[in-house]
Amino acid sequence: MSIKGKAYVVGAWEHPLRDIPHLSTAQVHAECAAGAVADAGLSFDDIDAYFCAGDAPGFGALSMADYMGLKLKHTDSTETGGSSYIVHAGHAAEAIAAGKCKVALITLAGRPNGSRTGLGDAATHGERFRMGPPGGSGGGINEQPEAGFENIWGGSTHNTYGMCAMRHMYEYGTTSEQLAWIKVAASHHAQWNEHAMLRDVVTVEDVVNSPMIADPLHRMDCCVVSDGGGAVILAAPEVAKSLKRPLVKVIGHGEAPKGPGGGRNLDLTFSGAAWSGPPAWAEAGITPADIKYASIYDSFTITVLMQLEDLGFCKKGEGGKFVADGNLISGVGKLPFNTDGGGLCNNHPTNRGGITKIIEAVRQLRGEAHPKVQVPSCDLAIAHGTGGSLGTRHGAGTLIMERE
Amino acid sequence: MSDVQETAAPTTRRIPAPSQNLESKPFWDAAKEGKFLIKRCNACGEPHWYPRTMCPFCHSTDTAWMESKGEGVIYTFSVMRRNTPVPYAISYVTLDEGPAVLTNIIDADFDTLKIGDRVKLKWSSTGEGNPPVFTFAPA
Repeated sequence: MSIKGKAYVVGAWEHPLRDIPHLSTAQVHAECAAGAVADAGLSFDDIDAYFCAGDAPGFGALSMADYMGLKLKHTDSTETGGSSYIVHAGHAAEAIAAGKCKVALITLAGRPNGSRTGLGDAATHGERFRMGPPGGSGGGINEQPEAGFENIWGGSTHNTYGMCAMRHMYEYGTTSEQLAWIKVAASHHAQWNEHAMLRDVVTVEDVVNSPMIADPLHRMDCCVVSDGGGAVILAAPEVAKSLKRPLVKVIGHGEAPKGPGGGRNLDLTFSGAAWSGPPAWAEAGITPADIKYASIYDSFTITVLMQLEDLGFCKKGEGGKFVADGNLISGVGKLPFNTDGGGLCNNHPTNRGGITKIIEAVRQLRGEAHPKVQVPSCDLAIAHGTGGSLGTRHGAGTLIMERE
Repeated sequence: MSDVQETAAPTTRRIPAPSQNLESKPFWDAAKEGKFLIKRCNACGEPHWYPRTMCPFCHSTDTAWMESKGEGVIYTFSVMRRNTPVPYAISYVTLDEGPAVLTNIIDADFDTLKIGDRVKLKWSSTGEGNPPVFTFAPA
C-alpha cells in the first residue's frame, strides 16, 4: 500500500522565539500545537493521533497527550533524533492511509538555553541538560551495547561529523571552500527571516577563517544552538479539502537507520539518505530533477553535502562542485534550499531540526515563504533529515510533498 | 569535567573509565592483562567490532574472542580544538584483521596526522583499579 496522496499537511507552525527562559518545555510544545491547529483551521478536538520524540517531556507520547487533553486513537514516539519528525510525518501518512486516524499532530520543542532560568534552588537538583563533548561513561554498568567501547573517546557531534568531512575530502577532494558555500547560501536566506539568530550575510572567506572547532569543520560550518520548536498537522484528504488552506499532499516517504555495521568496510562518506531516498522517489514517481525546493538537514555543512549526494541531486563525490557558486541560493542557483536560513542560521530547536525542515517546505509549497526567497511555481518539495550522529549511528527520513 | 583533579595544565585528555555489562566484561578483564580482544564468528569466519555475541553479518551466536595484533591504519580522524582543556583526536582505525574501531590517537603531532597513517595499540590508563582503554599511537 502506498501513502501517495493519502494524507495532506494541513497545519504548520514554527515558534518565533530562539531563547525561551520564561516557559516550561511542555508549554512550548502546547504553544506549537495550538499554532498548527490555528494555522490549519482545526480545533484540538479534531486531533485523533499524536506523534513526538525524546524532546517531549514525560513518558513517550502519553504525558504531552494528557497535558494537552487529546483524545487519541493512535500515538507514536519513534526516536531518530533530529529527523524524528520527518519520520513521524511518514508514519502519520501511513496511519491515515490505513484508516487508523484522520488528523495527526506532530510536535517538537525544547529549551537547551533557557531550561534552568528562574528555577532557583530547583535548578541545582535533578537531571541537567549536558552540552559539549560528553565526559564519557565514567565506569559503571551500561546495557547500551556500544556504550563502553565508544563513549570514552570524547565524541561530540562536532568531531564525529568532522570525521565524515575529513574522509569525504580524502576520497573526493571536497574542500573547505565548497562546504563554506552551504553556509553562505543559508546566510543569504536568513537575512530575510526576522526570527533567524544569524542574519548577517557571510562569505566563503568568513567561513574558512572562522575558528577551527573540530578538523576540518570551522565554527561557521556548525549550526546554531537554540530554544524553540514547531508543530505540523497531517490529515486525511476529506479533512484537508474541507479546510481553507492550500493543499499540500504527501507523495513519498522513506526512512533508514545507518551505523558502523560491525566495522566491516566502514564508509562514512555516505548517509542513510542513500537508503531512505530511493523508496521515497519511487513512491512519489518523480526524480530529484523535478524538485523545486529542498529542505535539507543542516546540523553541519557536511551534513547537507552528503545528503544531497545520497538523495541523487548530484553524483556521489560531486557534492562540493554542486553546492559551490551559490547553487543553493534561492533566485540564484538551481536548487534553492533551507530558505528560512536553516539550522546554520535560523534555529535548531533543542538540537533537533526536523520539524522546521517540513515547515519551510510547506511554506514554499503554499507560496507563503518570504517574498525574497519564495521559489516561483513551487509545486514539488522535499524535506530530508538525519538524526543522531552521521559518524556513528543515525536515522534518515525523507518526505516528498506536492502542491495540489 | 568537574570531577577531574588537575594541579597543572594537562597535555593529554583524561579518558574516563569504560562502562561494562555482562557481554563486554570479558573484553575489559582481558584489557587489564594487556590483551586486546575482538570477536570472530565461527559460522562465517568474519571478525567484527565492537564485540558482541551475535555476528552482525550472519547473525549466528557462535562467536569467539580472538586477540588482535592491535595494528592498523587511520580510516579518518578529527581533532577537537574547542571546549576542551587540551586538543584530542577521535579516529576510526581499520585493524589489519579487518574491522574499524572508534578510538583516540595519542602521542601524535595532530597537525601532521594523516588518513592512511599506520598506528598501533597503546593502552591508556583510566585510573587505579579500572581497565585501560585501547588508544592508538603512530607506528
